[in-house]
Amino acid sequence: MDYNFHWRPVLRKIPELLEAGLLTLEVAVLSMLLGIAIGLGLALLRMKGPTPLRQIATTWVEIARNTPALFQLFFFGFGLGAFGLHLSPYLIVLAGLTFNNAGYLAENFRGGFLAVPETQVRAARSLGMTAIQTYVRIIIPQVLKIVYHPMTNQMVWAVLMSSLGMLVGFRELSGETQFFASKTYRIFEYFAVTAVIYYIIVKIILLASNLVARRLFRY
Amino acid sequence: MSTSASFFSDFQITDLLFLGEAAGRTLGISAVSITIGTVLGCVFGWALQESKWLAQVTIGTILDVFRSVPLIIQLILFYNFFPIIGWKMGPFAAGAFVLSIYTAALVANVVRGGIDAVGDPMRRAARSLGMSYWHDLRYVVWPIGLRAVFPSWVGVALSVIKDSALVSVLGYLELLRASQILITRTQEPFIILACAGAFYFALSYPLSKYSKKLEEGWAS
Repeated sequence: MDYNFHWRPVLRKIPELLEAGLLTLEVAVLSMLLGIAIGLGLALLRMKGPTPLRQIATTWVEIARNTPALFQLFFFGFGLGAFGLHLSPYLIVLAGLTFNNAGYLAENFRGGFLAVPETQVRAARSLGMTAIQTYVRIIIPQVLKIVYHPMTNQMVWAVLMSSLGMLVGFRELSGETQFFASKTYRIFEYFAVTAVIYYIIVKIILLASNLVARRLFRY
Repeated sequence: MSTSASFFSDFQITDLLFLGEAAGRTLGISAVSITIGTVLGCVFGWALQESKWLAQVTIGTILDVFRSVPLIIQLILFYNFFPIIGWKMGPFAAGAFVLSIYTAALVANVVRGGIDAVGDPMRRAARSLGMSYWHDLRYVVWPIGLRAVFPSWVGVALSVIKDSALVSVLGYLELLRASQILITRTQEPFIILACAGAFYFALSYPLSKYSKKLEEGWAS
């Protein structure tokens, strides 16, 4: 083995990498929030929507779940170019992740809603609750409990998937790493440090999720 | 007669052949990785389930890292690490290596779930009927556990096929990279990406529907 590891230049760049890590988190969280909103809509449309909308929702979910995330990103990046629509790298990653998250989350939400028996709605309504009260107080808490862990997983995935941003020129954690690595040729060292940062980010998310879960699901 | 030279040529029928070949390579690297990864994953999952702590702190931690670091980083990391320790590995070998361990990390979890699903009482019953440990594993745990987790194994396999698209960053000419090359030449991103997407979809959709059907059939 005649390779000399040079960690010094990498360690000097750690502040920049951590900052890029924040950008990774930002895009992951944003795509997650958008994904939850759209995913809820898709799940409801698939269960109760009129036929054409239901088919659109089903198509969305199946494409998101059955093609590679990288393909979806390329589609938003290059495919839309065919229609003269050119998104910035940030928007490409955000759109791609949101599309993917929404598809997976919609399926989770649907499973959650189907797990709450219809009779509970009728029971709540006959106790005098309004439709909104029924959803907020009876359905949502139960669904949340079922979809909470899949949602945490999806959040972790969103962070991991955002690394694909480096292939469309987005300077989040991976993109920034690649940028520095190609400047110094310390590819292995840079990506090793980045791997550690990703690992820490994922662990923090899981820890936070566990803490919140303990508070949410005390009963 | 056109006065300007054209650098781009249109999408031709031979390009479909090019895409088809690349799709074959996607299938090839996925098949190799899923096979090796499943075998390794079964061993790791069994070790994790049966050991008190030794396997947990060694194998468990390593697999946890492989699940928590983006696959693309793992690929770049190993592709640049092998030459350091003097192994000459091409994109296929390095890609298959990383994908196999990644698969193993996912399969190990599935296998743990499968062994868990059999339950201790059943296994103790098997042992008290005079079965050896390996008999119990082969004739009780394997058939029952397999039924419980086969659909999730199909899910892992499908996600590995989709994730194999990332091997393109090492320069391996699989489907997505082939489509990018064609896009550069023909300047028709929409049609070509649609073709590539349709291939992944055609592969993944029937399998996921099939495993869902199996799941429902076994649940009832």
